[in-house]
Amino acid sequence: MVKKQFMPKWFYQLASPKWCYQISGTLLPYFLITALVLLTAGLVWGFAFAPQDYQQGNSFRIIYIHVPSAILAQSIYLTMAIAGGIGIIWKMKVADMVAYACAPIGASMAFIALLTGAIWGKPTWGSWWVWDARLTSMLILLFLYFGVMALYSAMEKPETAARSVAILALVGLVNIPIIKYSVDWWNTLHQPATFTLTEKPAMPVEMWLPLLVMVIGFYCFFASALMLRLRNEILNREKRAGWVKQLVSGQ
Amino acid sequence: MKVFWAELSRDLLLAYRRKGDLLNPLLFFVMVLALFPLGVSPAPDFLSQLAPGVLWVAALLAALLSLDNLFKSDFEDGTLEQLLLSSESTYPIALAKALVHWLTTGLPLALLAPLLAVMLFLPSHAIPTLVVSLLIGTPTLSLIGAIASALTVGLKKGGVLISLLVIPLYIPVLIFGASAVQNATQHLPVQAYLAILGSMLALSIVLAPFAIAASLRVSVSS
Amino acid sequence: MAALLLNITDLYCERDDRVLFEDLSFTLNSGQILQLVGKNGSGKTSLLRILCGLYHAYEGSVKFLGHEIDEDRDSFHRSLTYIGHHVSVKAGLTTQENLRWYAKIHPQLDVQRIESALASVGLAGYEDVVCQNLSAGQKRRVNLARLFMLPSTAFANSLWILDEPFTAIDVQGVAELENKILEYSRAGGAVILTTHQALQISENVSQLNLDNWGT
Repeated sequence: MVKKQFMPKWFYQLASPKWCYQISGTLLPYFLITALVLLTAGLVWGFAFAPQDYQQGNSFRIIYIHVPSAILAQSIYLTMAIAGGIGIIWKMKVADMVAYACAPIGASMAFIALLTGAIWGKPTWGSWWVWDARLTSMLILLFLYFGVMALYSAMEKPETAARSVAILALVGLVNIPIIKYSVDWWNTLHQPATFTLTEKPAMPVEMWLPLLVMVIGFYCFFASALMLRLRNEILNREKRAGWVKQLVSGQ
Repeated sequence: MKVFWAELSRDLLLAYRRKGDLLNPLLFFVMVLALFPLGVSPAPDFLSQLAPGVLWVAALLAALLSLDNLFKSDFEDGTLEQLLLSSESTYPIALAKALVHWLTTGLPLALLAPLLAVMLFLPSHAIPTLVVSLLIGTPTLSLIGAIASALTVGLKKGGVLISLLVIPLYIPVLIFGASAVQNATQHLPVQAYLAILGSMLALSIVLAPFAIAASLRVSVSS
Repeated sequence: MAALLLNITDLYCERDDRVLFEDLSFTLNSGQILQLVGKNGSGKTSLLRILCGLYHAYEGSVKFLGHEIDEDRDSFHRSLTYIGHHVSVKAGLTTQENLRWYAKIHPQLDVQRIESALASVGLAGYEDVVCQNLSAGQKRRVNLARLFMLPSTAFANSLWILDEPFTAIDVQGVAELENKILEYSRAGGAVILTTHQALQISENVSQLNLDNWGT
């Protein structure tokens, strides 16, 4: 399978589904525990102990879910596109599976970001939805995820689906900055100087430290969810390989 | 370059021999635009305010509609796989395909637009900007759309799926195209918008054909 | 001296959770005619498409003149003519327009030979007939005319991959095509083909049964 050997050895080890299954099995508990600890700590800290916002009062606290999920939605798209690109260039099955595993997680993150944005918008703007630049960009990102997932489900063969989706994700990746830029432009044109949600001048340490904890917690959660989905997918696609049969019959 | 002209002339000849099909996106454009006065309001003031956006959205949808057939017949009769077996580069082939799509949809839409702009009470001094923005913007739509068309050509249920893939990617073009016309109605400068549309076109000319060719290889390989 | 054209090693391909072939290795020399045989669904068409570089869901290596076909695609495709299942002819164009297009996208084909090629497949006088007015067999012949457009100087070390080339062709047409294949192989071209009919020619012909390679 591997023809060109110009990458370091670990790179090709990563390409082996079996190795990947084992290493992710080892790492998974650590990530899962870290995610749980950080998310609990961050939530308690952010919701109970962080100081109130002088303008928005307690309603700002949803930032501790909104911002991490928005960051994750973008990072996951990046991960998905890069994994897809690696899958195309090096014909690496595991990279294809990573891209596949990313899509629904990213879509749910984008959805959470939109939902929390709407909930936050109600006390702040007085309406559930405002065509704010960030929310609009996030909505379009969610559309991009929907496109990826629709293409996946329309394709019957996992190999061709992975290739197609990788191309789509890369095209989307090129477009994301352009979309972001154009939506920002459009927004300033139509709604000059609205109150933006997250751009707060100089947030105090007591406020952004729990936020940081939440962001790291969300990343760990993403890593564990990704590994879970990936392991599932590896077993599914490699079900006829010797080691999978052994694994299944052994249990 | 030889393959570029070969593909372009072949597809234009085929399009010419099926003239009836050329009319469909135009009719769709006209009908969608007729829905707005009927569905919203025929008041000239209101329509003229709505016109820049509505004209652009309708043109975008009309371009979208005809994407499904871009590679379909070539895929079905096997000439697509023969194209991919060419020893020539696939970049010009993909570019030619997108150009054919533009020549048969985007270009006629841009030329028809002034007529419909009048029906929607778009101020007449904004009409040149409308035409120019469509002329610069719709080729980008064809290039991006051709990627989605190439990705879905092997699927039986391509139609709606193409729209799902493409609409998010069309948003920047829509924003700048419609904004240019909007500005023109208010006698504001439009060069910046047209320049941005132009740079998006340049970017997609450089990049999209690679994605189209790669997508075609994947679709043929299934 | 026969040159080693195709070198296939450890080819593995599965489809719909069924292994079509596994550890499949063989070589093809110039001047050789290889007939793939096997039941329906044994993977003949899939193998041919892999060898063309059209189908990528496989593992293993396919080398043409020492280079992986995916890496040196252009020079491989310059030496390849593939006749697939599809008619590969545009219904809206005349026979001549179709072949002219082929000559442009496959520069190894000689545009001067269109008329003689059409005559060779029994379509003399059909140059300006639009293909949708032709019968199924005639359309297949237009596609096969490409084989007659290749100048004999380009025969050596080139490859024909023919998937059921005799479908819908009458007895006389089959005989002419077989003669063409023989002429081509004698001049140093290599052919891989599938057919359900028995070949009348036997010179240079060998067989590969795909039923033995799957599970």
